[in-house]
Amino acid sequence: MNWEILGIWLGAAVTLCLYSFLYRDNPFYKFVEHLFVGMSAGYWVIYSIYNVLIPNWWENLFPADGGFDAIWLVPGIFAMFMLARMVPKVAGLSRLALGMIVGTGAGLNMVTFFQSNALAQVKGTMISVAAGSVWEVFSSLVLVVGVVSGLVYFFFSKAHTGFVGRTANMGITILMVAFGASFGYTIMARLSLLIGRCTFLIEDWLPTIPAMLGLGG
Amino acid sequence: MRLVIPLAITFTAGMIMILNFFIPHQPFAFLGEHLQEWYMIVASGAIFLGTANLLHVHVRKMKLRLRNWQYSPVTIIGLVVMLILGLIYGVEEGKPFDYLFMNMVAPMGATMFSLLAFFVASAAFRAFRASNWRATLLLSSAFLVMLGQVPIGAMIWNKIPLAKVWLMAIPNTAGQRAVMIGAAMGVVATSLRMIFGIERSYLGGAD
Repeated sequence: MNWEILGIWLGAAVTLCLYSFLYRDNPFYKFVEHLFVGMSAGYWVIYSIYNVLIPNWWENLFPADGGFDAIWLVPGIFAMFMLARMVPKVAGLSRLALGMIVGTGAGLNMVTFFQSNALAQVKGTMISVAAGSVWEVFSSLVLVVGVVSGLVYFFFSKAHTGFVGRTANMGITILMVAFGASFGYTIMARLSLLIGRCTFLIEDWLPTIPAMLGLGG
Repeated sequence: MRLVIPLAITFTAGMIMILNFFIPHQPFAFLGEHLQEWYMIVASGAIFLGTANLLHVHVRKMKLRLRNWQYSPVTIIGLVVMLILGLIYGVEEGKPFDYLFMNMVAPMGATMFSLLAFFVASAAFRAFRASNWRATLLLSSAFLVMLGQVPIGAMIWNKIPLAKVWLMAIPNTAGQRAVMIGAAMGVVATSLRMIFGIERSYLGGAD
């Protein structure tokens, strides 16, 4: 059996079944939709075993040079606590695991988000608005005024009236342009995926049909 | 007590991570480093929980003959096949698990996301009716970015791709920065609320 051609046919079959939804909801779409959910879940479990549990937990619990590091039983037990949610009698144990995840995540995100999403962005906005050509000065002004007015729009502790209101209005304008640009960009990303699937069907799958039907080639 | 211990764990873990950032010396460096690894291990438990829950939901659906129960075996078989192939043969390139991923999971993911192109376009048609000048601005901005991304844009007018680059680099950056800075403030505030036990909804909504 030619596994490569079988793979192409499997890919084409699931692609066509999913696109059949464009006509209307139908059993072919539902079949592949359910298959996708199951296979994706299986993929992520295996991914987490091979890429997280084995290198980060198992290899620390039983180091290559032999022995047993008991401290690594702690995260293993916490991970088991997470599964306790499925057993009503001991479901409360999962709160311990959640507490650990949420606490670590909150502490980690607080400092990293503040650094990368607040301080770095503020630093990037502190630019000279009087350097370069007229166009560069205009662009710098749009950037600085856009960021400040956008932030004013998100500042709800003061009523948006008078000067604050006018600045907030300018912020909405900049945000609308930004959302429009992001939206256009997202559509183009989706379209490029669509083109990729169509290219696959036309260039990879269609040429295999004569061979599968025994029409030579 | 059922809330005190989880809250104490949250507080301790959160404070260790913060102290590790500001005081990158022992014992905080050691604790912070280990806690990050433990975090990944415990979080992977959540993936197992989600999978167990998926199985539970579909088995229940089949037992009670709920709507579309006929498709539940498909989900379960897909899950079990991936698990068995991954555990028995491993995940290296060319192995059955990789074969199914490359020829089924990846195409299904790409197709699902590409389907959104149609729905986003129809949603845009309804949402982008130029009802006021700001909606027109949003519509024009999206249209310019799309036009600047394809060859026909440059064929219409060679400045369109440049306008798209400027739009993405200046007004878009300004808007996104305002959102990012605002969101970062939100993350800091919410993180502090969680670490200090003010926000407890993640523990099941109990106060």
